[in-house]
Amino acid sequence: MEGETQKMNLFQSLTNAMDIILDSDPTAGKDRVFNTPLSEQGIVGFGIGMAAAGATAIAEIQFADYIYPAFDQLVNEASTFRYRSGDLFNCGSLTVRAPCGAVGHGALYHSQSVVIPRGPIQAKGLFLSSVRDRNPTVFLEPKILYRQAVEEVPVSDYEIPLSEAEILEQGSDVTLVGWGTQVHVLREVCKMAKEELGVSCELIDLQTIIPWDEETIIKSVLKTGRLLIAHEAPLTAGFAAEISSTIQENCFLSLEAPIQRVCGWDTPFPHIFEPFYLPDKWRCFEALKKIISY
Amino acid sequence: MLRAGLRSLTSTSPLNKPDLNTARTYEQLKAGVSIKMRMGCILKIIVASPSKKGLLVRARGLASEVNEAEFELSDCPIHKLDSGPAKKAVLTRDDGLHFYRQMQVIRRMENAASTMYKSKVIRGFCHLYSGQEACAIGMQAAIHKDDSIITAYRCHAWTYIRGIPVADILSELAAPCMLMYEVNDVKYDLSEKLKGEGRKNGCSKGKGGSMHMYGHEYYGGNGIVGAQVPLGGGIALAHKYRDNGQICVTLYGDGAANQGQVFETYNMAKLWDLPVIFVCENNGYGMGTSVERAAATTEYHTRGDYIPGIKVDGMDILTVREATRFAADFTRSGKGPILMELTTYRYYGHSMSDPGTSYRSRDEVQSIRKTRDPIMSLREKLLDSGLADTDDIKRIEKEAKEEVDAAVKVAQAGPEPALDDLFLDVYADDNMEGHKIRGCDNWIRQATN
Repeated sequence: MEGETQKMNLFQSLTNAMDIILDSDPTAGKDRVFNTPLSEQGIVGFGIGMAAAGATAIAEIQFADYIYPAFDQLVNEASTFRYRSGDLFNCGSLTVRAPCGAVGHGALYHSQSVVIPRGPIQAKGLFLSSVRDRNPTVFLEPKILYRQAVEEVPVSDYEIPLSEAEILEQGSDVTLVGWGTQVHVLREVCKMAKEELGVSCELIDLQTIIPWDEETIIKSVLKTGRLLIAHEAPLTAGFAAEISSTIQENCFLSLEAPIQRVCGWDTPFPHIFEPFYLPDKWRCFEALKKIISY
Repeated sequence: MLRAGLRSLTSTSPLNKPDLNTARTYEQLKAGVSIKMRMGCILKIIVASPSKKGLLVRARGLASEVNEAEFELSDCPIHKLDSGPAKKAVLTRDDGLHFYRQMQVIRRMENAASTMYKSKVIRGFCHLYSGQEACAIGMQAAIHKDDSIITAYRCHAWTYIRGIPVADILSELAAPCMLMYEVNDVKYDLSEKLKGEGRKNGCSKGKGGSMHMYGHEYYGGNGIVGAQVPLGGGIALAHKYRDNGQICVTLYGDGAANQGQVFETYNMAKLWDLPVIFVCENNGYGMGTSVERAAATTEYHTRGDYIPGIKVDGMDILTVREATRFAADFTRSGKGPILMELTTYRYYGHSMSDPGTSYRSRDEVQSIRKTRDPIMSLREKLLDSGLADTDDIKRIEKEAKEEVDAAVKVAQAGPEPALDDLFLDVYADDNMEGHKIRGCDNWIRQATN
């Protein structure tokens, strides 16, 4: 990622990525970008149909909170298309964008890829990979980072590989795993651990939730012996449960303490309780202390 | 209904002037036909005999000579249209025999599937098309090779019509009877775990089964009620976007017609004037619920509201063909979507787990078989008009039987999918060696741990 950069927030970076995709096919004009009615099931269904017919389709669900009517299309149609046709058909050129966060996301997806970036630079690179990937992709965009996260984003075309986690900080005592907005919370927890407890944390941004990078997490936990996973989605059947299970299967003899999950509670949450619902740095820090003192 | 249609056939041909029993010599007829052919006219045959037996006798001498006949079609009520499909249609001998063969193959293929199911060679889901043959064949006859089709789970006939051999279809249906393997001297029998879905030489590699078969511009059977309808809209959107002149025929049943996403698709298809024909194959029952008990209005051709519609006799192949030709011309010309309701009937239950007798009477099924059967209807048309004789009919039926019998043998003898296939085709390039799919391999783990 060298060359010219430009200050962009997350949505500007995504817009920039989509401009690159559109420019790569100069045959058509502005009519390629259009509004749809509010029909989530229809939007995703149309996207699958277009992709199956060979077009590149980027479908946007305005907010992931409203993606549920389209779940049948995502789970039963998109993710199984290649398999049930014995690879005769697929909708791999479909990418579904959905701004998300503070409300559940996570474990219910099936075999399409699910990607979530932590900031503008990752957003652009991961998005370009998602569009060009030959599998349908659900691309979740943390709402809160839309304007808040601003970075110097390379203006050129670049890709960040899917299904590869990124180690943001090397450490030796505890592995912290998160994605999207939660990465920034965990970064603060790293800092607090170092300053207040003298504990060295290894921070990992998972980036792709499905199919996820088991190897990087396993290697890290084999080294540190301790794991904390945090996400905004509810605890039960959240993706932390899947990671936790895989790690105990693979790192059982290396674990020094039970794996800690810091997640949203298994409740709906009204606005008034949002601060209590979110897995903020204090809750994560408490869990970290439990791990260390086990 | 059919007999009435035939009786009302009009004719201006000199051939109907003489007494058919006495005046027609072979030479006279031959001369008459060839003159007509040279003039480029349609040979019209009148059928006025009260007895079917008599018709067949007279038809025999004509068979090799009659190349075209014109028929009156069933009436098609229209919705938001100034005019509907043609009221008469010409059937050529070649087309007629071809349609008859396709119908015979489909009927026999579905019967074979039913038999194989009962002997547990086929398991899992299985929905049969018997009774509805005129719909698929009639529609395909009026669209282009590159036009798209997407349908629901009752998809065997469409798969065949789109060029997949019967053997491949039945192979896709045939379940592995025994799937065994051995690890570290321990034998594992997966026949129970993998039962129900296909053989390796099936048209979806044995992994799709009854509801998931595909072909050229044929986007398959789809298992979720109504979920294929937005996909069809998307396929049409791609055609429009690429301006390739293709249209998409998007099919669903009377049960799916009440799904919300169908109406979402109507809206977007009309909003963007997509080249799509929505086809509601109304066989009278959504699983075990009659249309009257499920729909506020059973006039399915009007339920697109702002989308023009036609109600079509789905048991008459020529009416289906002409209505589809009309609908295809309409939407291909850029006028936007159009809706066709095909009134039809299924002889079998909804699926193999439904005997199909608890919500309708045996008498009802029998009466449809006797009065509206699409195969019988075409056979009578062919024989009564002289487009075919009984030898033609017998020959075609024999060929169809042989084709299906041979396919059954292939399907029963084909190899089962290898265990490795379980993990392939999940993601692109899955066929890489050593690629592992998470979460699919519990019993391998059990076997190897």
